[in-house]
Amino acid sequence: KGATGINLKCRKLRYVFHQNKMQTVTLIPGDGIGPEISSAVVKIFQAANAPVSWEERNVTAIKGPGGRWMIPPDAKESMDRSKIGLKGPLKTPIAAGHPSMNLLLRKTFDLYANVRPCISIEGYKTPYTDVDLVTIRENTEGEYSGIEHQIVDGVVQSIKLITENASRRIAEYAFEYARNNQRSSVTAVHKANIMRMSDGLFLRKCREVAESYKDIKFTEMYLDTVCLNMVQDPTQFDVLVMPNLYGDILSDLCAGLIGGLGVTPSGNIGANGVAIFESVHGTAPDIAGLDLANPTALLLSGVMMLRHMGLHDHAHKIQKACFDTIREKKVLTKDLGGNSKCSEFTADICRRVQDLD
Amino acid sequence: MTFWGLGGPKWWQQASRSVSISASLSRVESPPARADATFKVTMLPGDGVGPELMTAVKDVFKAGDVPVEFDEFHLSEVQNMASEDKLEELLSSMKNNKVAIKGKIHTPMEFKGELASYEMRLRRKLDLFANVVHVNSLPGYSTRHNNLDLVIIREQTEGEYSSLEHESVPGVIECLKIITRAKSRRIAKFAFDYATKKGRNKVTAVHKANIMKLGDGLFLQCCAEVAQLYPKIKYENIIIDNCCMQLVQNPYQFDVLVMPNLYGNIIDNLAAGLVGGAGVVPGESYSAEYAVFETGARHPFAQAVGRNIANPTAMLLSAANMLRHLNLEYHSHMVSDAVKRVIKQGKVRTRDLGGYCTTGDFVHAVVENLRHRPNY
Repeated sequence: KGATGINLKCRKLRYVFHQNKMQTVTLIPGDGIGPEISSAVVKIFQAANAPVSWEERNVTAIKGPGGRWMIPPDAKESMDRSKIGLKGPLKTPIAAGHPSMNLLLRKTFDLYANVRPCISIEGYKTPYTDVDLVTIRENTEGEYSGIEHQIVDGVVQSIKLITENASRRIAEYAFEYARNNQRSSVTAVHKANIMRMSDGLFLRKCREVAESYKDIKFTEMYLDTVCLNMVQDPTQFDVLVMPNLYGDILSDLCAGLIGGLGVTPSGNIGANGVAIFESVHGTAPDIAGLDLANPTALLLSGVMMLRHMGLHDHAHKIQKACFDTIREKKVLTKDLGGNSKCSEFTADICRRVQDLD
Repeated sequence: MTFWGLGGPKWWQQASRSVSISASLSRVESPPARADATFKVTMLPGDGVGPELMTAVKDVFKAGDVPVEFDEFHLSEVQNMASEDKLEELLSSMKNNKVAIKGKIHTPMEFKGELASYEMRLRRKLDLFANVVHVNSLPGYSTRHNNLDLVIIREQTEGEYSSLEHESVPGVIECLKIITRAKSRRIAKFAFDYATKKGRNKVTAVHKANIMKLGDGLFLQCCAEVAQLYPKIKYENIIIDNCCMQLVQNPYQFDVLVMPNLYGNIIDNLAAGLVGGAGVVPGESYSAEYAVFETGARHPFAQAVGRNIANPTAMLLSAANMLRHLNLEYHSHMVSDAVKRVIKQGKVRTRDLGGYCTTGDFVHAVVENLRHRPNY
């Protein structure tokens, strides 16, 4: 009894230590509906007593010395210090002369892995139930290398780049993620029967990394077979790892299975321990400022962030409150099928979080 | 009536004789005259369950007295039966017959020498540039999305499947994706012509031009140019990842989809999954001169070989489409109606549709239903 008593005290002390230790997070509200959903998330985190102190920064493209486009230096400095970021939707103006903001962020922090967990939401009915999978996508090379040229008039060549280092890095991240989140299997998605050298290299690296993670089951599947099986029975998949283009398509496909981009969280992991969690929907300029937006995607990304920071209790509380609110169907925003305002939805979740305490 | 005055029947005989002589001079190698007006079709069983599916087609055709004879060729990359001479034999057979029915020739992941797979080479030699997959819900078999009716048209000779790869330095591999204006225009024109012929309302181009601005941008531009020649058909475009999401949420907004090679592979399989899997979706490939009929989602399904569990629906429906292409409307309806009736009755279903029957049982049921056909 004495032993358990001491253990309990140690655990409580650690808990209290964690509770008091405020972690800084860089908050990038974004454009359009970004500011309102960010403030909704901040309110909910406050109601849950999450030990998070927010540093708000704006990200716009500015021309740095040497003519290269970059993000504002105070944003970069804040992120380098805090290592964790939560980002709302950023608009990409067409013909602005600079690359998209998301691309700039990716290049600045070397965000090589995009992680999207897709879990069916109980109250939000889609034809697909029991979806519980994670797509991990290599985010720096592959088909999106951006290297294109017109050889002769009417003939265009795009280059798909696969390197050993990037493939190994993403495979290692996928297995680490599976181990840290108690996932049982990792499936590599590829098209090595057609792109024999490039996807062949990706597959070889995945197989090599799998050797060091014998506790996790490793399978490989062709991209078309995955698509075929995914829409018939998504429960057979667990963690999927793949190069850039396939990842883009499959992660959006899985988002569609659970209800769309308005309810899907997403995280980007960078090379120096930097992690930026974001909502992947657009800025929705038509409803900006009207208190109609749905903060679920950003909130679930925030929950993902809490898990990444080790604050599992708070993460669980907030997620449960959010899912309960959606399941009750009393205060839902328009895109979820209800009539309520964003502030009412947020208030309901805050109330539930406080009740759960 | 005036030509009777010019010498009547004699003049007519002379005129017709000269026409037939000139015709035979222009033909280089005329095939021997067929005795009883059967059509000759080249057949390639392929790998995996291909041979079993072909047997199913032959059984049904025999039971239905369909006037089609098959020229069989057994080509396979995995079984080392792929050589240049076999390919040449096949090509000359195709030149005579113009129509083929085939299974999937499996592409092993290890390559010896050439990067292009056997099937890719065949496609290029015959210039089968358009792949059409008919995604129709089967009456009597309900899935999460019912009453679907989509056509997916895919460019299948260029794009990401160029087989041009090289290792620039150890550990860095480049793979080239080629898009040309000529081929993009060709597939766009094919798509709009197909939509016009089949009475479809809308053609949607699928692309990723926001990222691959030059490559897919060129494809999109060609589609838009061709769309202006067909004012009656509505033209839209959609980005591939949004398209996948919309297909699982609301597939009814699409009608005819046209896209480059890789996206076609993904969307074919996705849409096949929506209506019941690879076993129920027929497809065909066209070139300017040839038509090759096959299944829509092309998988060898090697794990089912010898177990008699493969679903022959897709191959039988594709064979029915082939009969329509040969203008054998009556037989085409006979075969497709029989297959649809068996599925609707729901008593005989293969494993992929939730039943326990074997391929043989299913074929037997189709043959039975052939005999009960109503007289048109």
